[in-house]
Amino acid sequence: MIVIATPQRRRAMWPAARIVGAAHVLVVALLALLGSVVVPSDPFAQSLVKALAGPDPAAPLGYDHLGRSIFHRLVDTLKLSPIITLAAVATAGSAGLVLGTAAAALGGWIERSLVILADALLALPGLLLVLIVLAMVPGTALGFWAALSLVLWVEFFRLTRAATREVLASPAVQASRLLGFGPIYLFRAHIWPEIAPMMLTAAAFGTATAIMAIAALGFVHVGLRAPTPELGLMMVELLPYWREAPLALLSPVIAIFALLLGLTLLAGSRKS
Amino acid sequence: MNAVVSRLVQAIMVALLIGTATFVMMRSLPGDAAWRIAAGRYGYDHVDAAAADAVRAELGLDGPALPALLQWMGDLAWLDFGNSLVSGQPVMDEIAHQLGASLSLAVVAILLSLLIGPPLGILAGLRPGGVLDRMLLVASTGLKAVPQFLMALVLIVFIAVQMRWLPAAGHGEIWHFILPSLTLALGLAAVNARIARDAMARIADMPFWRFAQWKGLSERQTLFRHGLRNVSVPLFTYLGLQFVTLVEGVIIVESVFGWPGIGHALVHAIFSRDVPMVQGTALVLGLGFVLVNATIDLAVRRIDPRVTA
Repeated sequence: MIVIATPQRRRAMWPAARIVGAAHVLVVALLALLGSVVVPSDPFAQSLVKALAGPDPAAPLGYDHLGRSIFHRLVDTLKLSPIITLAAVATAGSAGLVLGTAAAALGGWIERSLVILADALLALPGLLLVLIVLAMVPGTALGFWAALSLVLWVEFFRLTRAATREVLASPAVQASRLLGFGPIYLFRAHIWPEIAPMMLTAAAFGTATAIMAIAALGFVHVGLRAPTPELGLMMVELLPYWREAPLALLSPVIAIFALLLGLTLLAGSRKS
Repeated sequence: MNAVVSRLVQAIMVALLIGTATFVMMRSLPGDAAWRIAAGRYGYDHVDAAAADAVRAELGLDGPALPALLQWMGDLAWLDFGNSLVSGQPVMDEIAHQLGASLSLAVVAILLSLLIGPPLGILAGLRPGGVLDRMLLVASTGLKAVPQFLMALVLIVFIAVQMRWLPAAGHGEIWHFILPSLTLALGLAAVNARIARDAMARIADMPFWRFAQWKGLSERQTLFRHGLRNVSVPLFTYLGLQFVTLVEGVIIVESVFGWPGIGHALVHAIFSRDVPMVQGTALVLGLGFVLVNATIDLAVRRIDPRVTA
């Protein structure tokens, strides 16, 4: 069972590894947001004359096999996958938070059935679930959002439920209840401060998982479809031209590695 | 006993989830599902409207969803997965064929990862803060940020394409195992090594460890008598969790290296909307995962007598 360690209150919230991780993520985010502003161009525009050509001012990272600017395709995909991912993490996070708190607070058959559902989903490897949902939901971006939300909420649910159960049993909450405070106050004053630090870690892990899943499925041709720029898809498209244009293949490789390393470092440690 | 029951409930839930999902997939297939199933049964040359109608009536494809779902689940309960829509072969036969390839790859990958990760982790854990410990931390953090498909890509580009040491894809010869299993093993070992390191460092800090050394055992004797069994408990527990990585890895790595296993079959089935094959392969992967976790629960109990509750 994966349980994310609760950071000690006294320990600094931002150790060095976390700052390095945040810096990685920030650099990638800046590239995604400002890239097309600094060098405006179209990620879909082809020019077969320039196929696999090296960098020039209009395309700082060179051209792919169809003469499209790698830089602009990269900037585009670094917007698309994180948007899908962040939407999924936000959905999963809020669903997990609400259901987890509800399960711990209400107990009874609501809690039992949610736990059984979460356990069943936990028994399905995430990528398998994503593949199944993708086959059912039309529109790949929408499908990825739905599938990843379905995969990711379980972790948030388990964390929230475990922490909430513990907090609700504490003398502090009993005292608050005796004083007549309502459930909203209890959540704000007792439960949320306990969960909040775990949420950052879980969200960073969830984002890394989701970005990895989108790229991995793109790489084996069952994810987002060409000509949409996508990290995994770009790599598999550029792999045959590795000798002619190593920089073209390296660009998406470095981008995803920096992003995932940043997210892993940002997440910090998780303990058993 | 309680653990076995809860794993059983988990297995049933997995079967229900996959069954329902594939049923929905079947109903939402574009075109006439009856034609496609009939084509799967009788071959594309022998399908006519009558055969399609017969299939439609038999499976209740036109009727309300609920009886059809019950029928579908009934077939599932009898382990009748039907025929592949693409090859026309019974799904069971195809899976039995592919399972061997996947299992052999998975077993080789696990063994390889256990050869790489835990020995390094134990050495690092015996000297926490040492050079090896710090190098291992950097290496495992870096490796964890490399998705399996990227690892596969790097190995293919450098070992197969640049150096031409090993074939990039294929199946059948012993050296075909090396790249796919190494891809999986490196990812697993990155986690393995950290688990072993943390466990070792924790155990080497305990009073019984110091007592063993104080009574005159050499470091090697202490490790073999008192260390390894203790380190193996978290390793085994994590092996169950790592099986998730392994199943996901098998899906990706098999597709990348053209390995004729379950994962490859699943991706192909999804690609061609071969619903019976999707159901069969997904069920085998999901239930296999539950089975492995149940086995590991029991194994951990055997190794660590403290876990009895």
